[in-house]
Formats: sequence, C-alpha cells, structure tokens
Amino acid sequence: MTDAGDALLRLEGVYTNIGRYRILHGVDFVARRGRVTMLLGRNGAGKTTTLRTIMGLWKARLGKIIFDGQSIAAKETPHIARLGIAYVPENMGIFGKLTVRENMLLATERRGFAQQHLDRVLESFPALKVKWESPAGSLSGGQKQMLAIGRAIIEQRRLLLIDEPTKGLSPAMVDQLVAALLRLKREHTTILLVEQNFRVAEAVGDDVAVMDEGRIIHTGDMAALSTNHALQHRLLGLSMADSL
Amino acid sequence: MSRDWLKQLQRWAPYALTPLVVIAALPVIGLGPWVTLTVAGLTMGIMLFMVASGLTLIFGLMDVLNFAHAAFVAVGAYVAVSVLQPLAGWTNEMSLALNLAALLVALIAAAVASGALGFVFERVIIRQVYGAPLRQILITIGALTVIEQLIIVIWGPQAIPLPKPAMLRGSVFIGSSSIETYRLFALCVGLAVAAAMHLFLTRTRLGLVVRAGVEDREMIQSLGYNIRRVFVGVFMAGTALAGMGGMMWGQYQAVVGSQIGDSMTILVFIILIIGGLGSVGGCFIGAILVGLTSNYVGFLAPKMALGSNILLMALILLWQPRGLFPIAEHH
Amino acid sequence: MAGQINQATEVSTGKALAGPTTDASLTAPRHNPKIGSWLSWIVSDDPPGRVLLNVTLLVILAALLFAPFLFPGTKAIGVASRICIFVILVASYDLMLGFTGIVSFAHTMFFGIGAYGVAIMLANGWVGWSGVILGAAAGAVVSLVIAAAIGLLSLRLRAIFFSMITLAVASFAQIVAEQWRGLTGGEDGLTFSVPAILKPGFRLFPDPVLGVIINGRVITYYITFAVSLVLFLIMLRIVNSPFGLVLRAIRENEFRVEAMGYRVVAYRTLICVFSAVMASLAGALMALVLGYNGPDATLSFSLMIDILLMIVIGGMGTLYGAVVGAIVVVLAEYYLQNALGAMSGAISGMPVMSALFHPDRWLLWLGILFVLIVTFLPQGIVGRLRRRR
Repeated sequence: MTDAGDALLRLEGVYTNIGRYRILHGVDFVARRGRVTMLLGRNGAGKTTTLRTIMGLWKARLGKIIFDGQSIAAKETPHIARLGIAYVPENMGIFGKLTVRENMLLATERRGFAQQHLDRVLESFPALKVKWESPAGSLSGGQKQMLAIGRAIIEQRRLLLIDEPTKGLSPAMVDQLVAALLRLKREHTTILLVEQNFRVAEAVGDDVAVMDEGRIIHTGDMAALSTNHALQHRLLGLSMADSL
Repeated sequence: MSRDWLKQLQRWAPYALTPLVVIAALPVIGLGPWVTLTVAGLTMGIMLFMVASGLTLIFGLMDVLNFAHAAFVAVGAYVAVSVLQPLAGWTNEMSLALNLAALLVALIAAAVASGALGFVFERVIIRQVYGAPLRQILITIGALTVIEQLIIVIWGPQAIPLPKPAMLRGSVFIGSSSIETYRLFALCVGLAVAAAMHLFLTRTRLGLVVRAGVEDREMIQSLGYNIRRVFVGVFMAGTALAGMGGMMWGQYQAVVGSQIGDSMTILVFIILIIGGLGSVGGCFIGAILVGLTSNYVGFLAPKMALGSNILLMALILLWQPRGLFPIAEHH
Repeated sequence: MAGQINQATEVSTGKALAGPTTDASLTAPRHNPKIGSWLSWIVSDDPPGRVLLNVTLLVILAALLFAPFLFPGTKAIGVASRICIFVILVASYDLMLGFTGIVSFAHTMFFGIGAYGVAIMLANGWVGWSGVILGAAAGAVVSLVIAAAIGLLSLRLRAIFFSMITLAVASFAQIVAEQWRGLTGGEDGLTFSVPAILKPGFRLFPDPVLGVIINGRVITYYITFAVSLVLFLIMLRIVNSPFGLVLRAIRENEFRVEAMGYRVVAYRTLICVFSAVMASLAGALMALVLGYNGPDATLSFSLMIDILLMIVIGGMGTLYGAVVGAIVVVLAEYYLQNALGAMSGAISGMPVMSALFHPDRWLLWLGILFVLIVTFLPQGIVGRLRRRR
C-alpha cells in the first residue's frame, strides 16, 4: 500500500443492526486523505449500510468511527454533515418538488452562491444550467445524479460519501460522471465511493476495500487489484471481461 | 402526442375541481343564494385551512399525527373569550378601528397561548412518541381529553358567549344576496394568513428547509440542517394557527364550548386526506372544497351536509388514493 | 398444544403433584392431570400466568358469576352487565390493536350495528327470541360486510391513513343513525319490548333464592354473562392458534411476514372482520340489557375513548387486559364520581382545586391515568404483571 495521505476517516470494529438484524459484523477500514477509496462488493454486502452508519442515519451498535481525529459514531446526522461530510445516497436524495436552484441553495451556507463554486459545478454539469428553475423531479435520471453530486460539491467538503452514482445511467452519462469525479480527484478531494461498475472503479479509485456479508474481506491498492484478475474473480465474482 | 395531452389534463385536474364545483352549483342554487353560500363556503374553508394547515405540515415534516389538535383550537377560543371580556369597551363602540384593534389583540393572544401550549406539548408529549404511530395516536387522544377537561376546570362547564364586535354584526348586501360582515372579516384574515404562509414557505430559507424536510427528512439532515429544532417551530406555528382558527370559529358561532375543536376534527381529517398528507397547497384546496360543499349541500339538503363531505372524500380517494397532491412517501 | 404435550411428559415421568400447585410457571394448574388439561384446553393454553393475576381474575370471575347475589339491586346488576359486555367489546378491539397493531375508530360503529340489529327487529314487530336471534345475526352480517370492505380497501394504506378513514366512516354511520328516523328512531333511538322471560316483572321462581328474586333482569344478566364468557374463550382460542401467531408476527415485522409468503392484507382483513362481528354481538347483548338503543348508547365517540382507556390501562395484546381494564374503568365511572364528590366537598374553599376534583371531572383523572400509563407502563396492568418479553 502506497503511503500517501493519513487516514481522514477510520472505521474500527463497526457493528450495525437494523431492527433485529445484524448487518455489519465488525467493519474495519480507512479512507485516506486526498484519495479516492472504493468500497466494492456484491449486492447486500453492507456497503450502503456502511455509508449510512458513517453519516449517522443508522447508529453503530459497537465500534469506532473517527473522522479527522474526532469520534463521530454517536453524533447526530446534521452535526456530522456540518463537520464537512457530504452524502450522495443511492436514491440521490433530490427534492423533487423544489427547483434545481433551490436544491443547490440548500447545500450552501451563505444566502446565495459563491459565483466561483457555481461556475465550477455548472461547467461539470451543463444540463443543470438549462433546468435551473425547473422542479428537480422533472429531470432525467442522469441529470438528477448530476444535481445530487453538484449539490455535494458546491461548497468545499472534507469528505464525500457517494453511493452507486452510475447505477442506471447511460454510457454517455457514466463518462460525464467519471470526468467529474476525476476532476474532483485532481483537486485532492477525499472520496469514499461505492460502485458496482468495476470499470468506473478502476478509472477513479486509488484504494479499495471489498465487503462481503457485513465484513471487509480485502483492502489494498486499486492498481494492484486491477491487474490481478484471479483476485478480482475471487472477491467480486467477476473479471474485467464480465464488467463490460 | 395525445399521451402528452392526457398527462397535462391529469396534472391540472385537481386544480380544476374547485372551480368546477363552484360553477356547477350556480344553476342548481340560483344566483342570489349562490353568492351568499359561495362566500360562506370560502370563509368556512379558509378558517378550516388555518386549523388544518398546521396539522398537515406537522405530519408531513415529522410523521406525527396530533389527535390533540382540537385541544389547541379550544384553547385559542377560550383565551380569546378571556381577552375580549375586559376589552368590551372597544368591541361595543361603533368604531371599526377600535373593533379591529380588539380583535387583533385577541387573535395574537389566542395564537400566543396556543403556541406556548404547543411548545410544552411537543416537549412533554410528542417527543416521546416520534416514530411510534400507535403510541402517538393513543397519547394524543389522552392528552386531548385531559386538556379539554382542564379547560372546563378553568372556565367552567357552561358554554360561554363570544359576541362579534359592534361594527361586524349584521350583513352587507350585494344585489339580492346578503353576506354576513363577519364572514368578510374572517375571509380577509384567513387570506392574509394563507398568503403569509405561502410567502414564508416559498421565499424564506427556513421555509425552503421545511418544504425539503417534508419531502425527505433524512436528506435535509444529511445536508446539515437540524430538523428537530425546525420541527418545534413548525409545531408551535401549527398550534398557534389552530388557536387563531378556534377564536374565529368561536366568534363566528357566537358561543364557545369545550368541544369546539371536536366538531372540526372530522372535517379537518377529511381535508387532510383529500389534500394529501403533508401538502399545504392540497390542504388549501381541500379546505375550500369542504367549505363549499358543506354550504352548498347544507342549503340544498341540510341533513346531508357532513355526510356529503365524507362522500366527497370517498370519491376523491377512489380517484387519487393518496389525495390530490401527495408528497413523497417517507422511508 | 405445547402445554398439553409438556404436561403429558411431566405426568409420565412421575411428576404428578399431590395438591394444588401455585407456582408461577405458565402451565395450567396440575393438581389433577385430567382436570388440569381440560382447564388448559378451555383457556387455550394461555392462562393469565402469574399468581397475582390468576387470583385477581378468578376473583373477578367469581364476583361476576355471583354478582346478583353478592351485590343486590338494579344498579349493581347494570354495572355488572356493562362490565361483561365491555369485556367483549374491548377484547375484540385488542385483537386488532394489541395483537395486530391496527388502530380503528370504527369499533363503536359495529357495536351500534349489532345493537340496532336487535333493536330494529324487536321494535318493528319481530318479538320474542326469533327477533333477537335474527337481529343479532343480521347485525353480525352487516358488520362482517362493512368490516371486509373497509379492510380490503384501506388496510393497504399507511396506518395513520387507515385510522383517519375509520374515523370518517364511523362519523358517517353516526350521522345515518341520527338522521334516518324511519329506521333507527333518529336521535331518540328505539325502545322495544324484550322477550317475556327477560322482562323485569317475570319471576323464574316465586320465592327469592338466597335473598334475591330471580326476575327477568337477573336472567338477562346471566345470559349476558354466559355469552360473554363463551365469546371471550373463543377469542382466547383464536389468539393462541397458528392464525394468532401470524398476527403477532405481523405486528412485530410485517415485511418479514410478507416475505415469508403470508398475505398480510388478508390476515389483517380477517381479524378486522372477526373483531367487528364480536363487537356486533356485544352490541346485540347491550340492546337486550337496555331494552333501548340510540346513537348515544352505542355510537358515541366517548365510548371509543372508553374502549381505548380500558385497553391501555388493562394491557394491550393480552386479552385478559380487557377484563382488568373494563373493571377498572367501569367501576371508576360509577364510583370515582362519588369519591371525587367527597373530596370536592372537603376542599370547597379553593375554587380551582374544588373544580379539579368535581365529580364530573372523573374523565380528567382517567385521562391523566391513561397518559401516564401510555408513557410509563405501556404494557398496562396485565402486561406488567405478566412480564412476558
């Protein structure tokens, strides 16, 4: 493992229950500062649960979650968000009845937008400019995803948690998304990214953590995993050929 | 092409419902009474809206159905009675300014009292039962009973008169129709409140947060907003509105009894169901519809008035099972 | 079933006990295996359980069984009848609320339908027992149909939506009852003649038995008591059957149950229908007892509040809670007022205090008790005593 960046986010022995069911069975991993950490795994492995637990939407029964030296496992979601963590859920969390502008406005601290930040977002996602005053519910799936991510980056965040952004998107949209993510990567934004699409993971990821049945079964370099087809197959049940 | 047209029709149909009812009633009732009844219906609708809007926002934002809402209606009415008694000097003068001043004081008092009680209520009662619909229903019904009984303890079991001020008694005449003056006053107050609510929700940041929170509570929290604190404010606003509605309803009926809120409860629930739980706009349209229906049917077949509203609710549910303007379901 | 199997094993290993046993286990008393298993069958292997509770309920049962003799006088019999009927009304409500987690405000409507069934029959010339049976049956059928309709149409919706709709339906029924003078007698209700042997003037034996004259009222009471007991035991059986277990599972986690292949809506509708029919039969009994029925007697919302009071105070999800709750609340209604009156007289000096303790304010104190119990003792009295789960 290359040693660039210290741990911005560390999970140690995290157990999460939903109702009576234990979903996470002691999750341990680290997201390094300034790097893109991929969280991979089959459906139902617990990836979304992990993100939600970090965000405080579900409380960890046991274990530690340490963000930049601060323990956040017991904190409330609004507090965690204010520490600089942005969450883009699987269902995007768009407020359909509000306009695109209003959705974005909710993500800013100030009364309005800092022009610089706004320009940056609109450059990456030009479709938003066109639909600026339309209700967000009228956007296409891909455009909603752009809005969700745009909302997460309109202000400087210390950590982005993104859950399956390319799900259900057309190849063209996926490319646009990957371009945006790469841009964020160049700016040294720390991202924890859950993805089913291995190609995207390869293109964007620096580090990787693989989950299965609520546990981390592998951590390491994305580059190393990318070249090791046997390991890929063992961990994810697929190889490069399959994910195309 | 025709698909698009059908979609547009479906989108606008709920808005068309009210005008349709109004227009349809005209030939059935006749112009003279129709004007009176329409104003009466709009007024009743606006007053119901004041009471119901708080409840629908509270439910939309925090999934809490407050069966004790009627208690706040009653508290508002009774506080208004107590405030207006010493102000009899103002209300009995033939001066519109003094009359309105007295009413304004009473309105504010009713709103403050109900709002304050709402604050206490949220802390003591509601806080324990977030996310537990069964206990919510039970505990709020219990609280309703207790508050209504306490009202009797403080003000006595007899119904108390709440007379209209001097200049607002009687009626004005428009052509061959008579319209009670107090109704016009209530209509103005109601519209002012509705307008204020609309401006708050659409033009202020807090209003934006409330609207977003109603759609997706988790997401608004993930954006850093402490929705719990917002909710206390919304709860208080809702109960304050109920208090104002109670005062106006009581004054309109000229008498106030401890059960004043209960008679409204069923209508308020019908409005919530018709409008769609959580939607203020839907609540407005629903309230107007219910007000109009009550008055039109009340004129044509007095015994059927409340029954007709229930039938209206059933018909709308058959058409739109989640109400006219449903908000996204919560997780 | 499990209890009986346990018992058989215990007996065969020579663990038969010499005398009555009052240990706090959940199996039936075993002083005589044959009687024990019979008793166990009667209560569907779901005895109250704890010593205190067993004793309390037996005392209540005995008190009700011998009520006309223990508490002579018309008022006492009236109270006892009311208790019996409410036990059924509340227990049937518990089937929905406590076991399946459904809050319905239409329960009093079914109560009223059953009462009106009998009342309308008897008031319109179908005198005698045929009128009573037909009326009760008609009421039950109407309740069944309406409950099925409400269930199938609304149980798919969110819980709160469903509750509000039941409120609307119940209000509608109340309006119909008040307005349709021709059928229901409007707000004044219907007064009618009960079958001959139930009339107050009728004497079963010319001389008093144990100091009490066995007149029509006493006979009415015993019929009420017997029917209530049978209906209660039937409900106990339902709740402890496989069907009942599915209901409890639905209350805990309906998604899981649906995933296991059970159609949750079907189960919920069935229990609502069953509950409605029970309430309807209770209503029929009420009509017989009162010789009258009107909107105020069976359809009022305050009655709904009473039911909620009883089930919460007694304990949801236990059926025995209905018994305890009914006793507490009915006795409170009748005798709390006297107690309050005495207190109020004593502190007549201070205006607010004496108003707080005015006899008419019994509902205030019951309401406070209700809120306290929902907050601190959500399992109710029986639930607390049983301390299951």
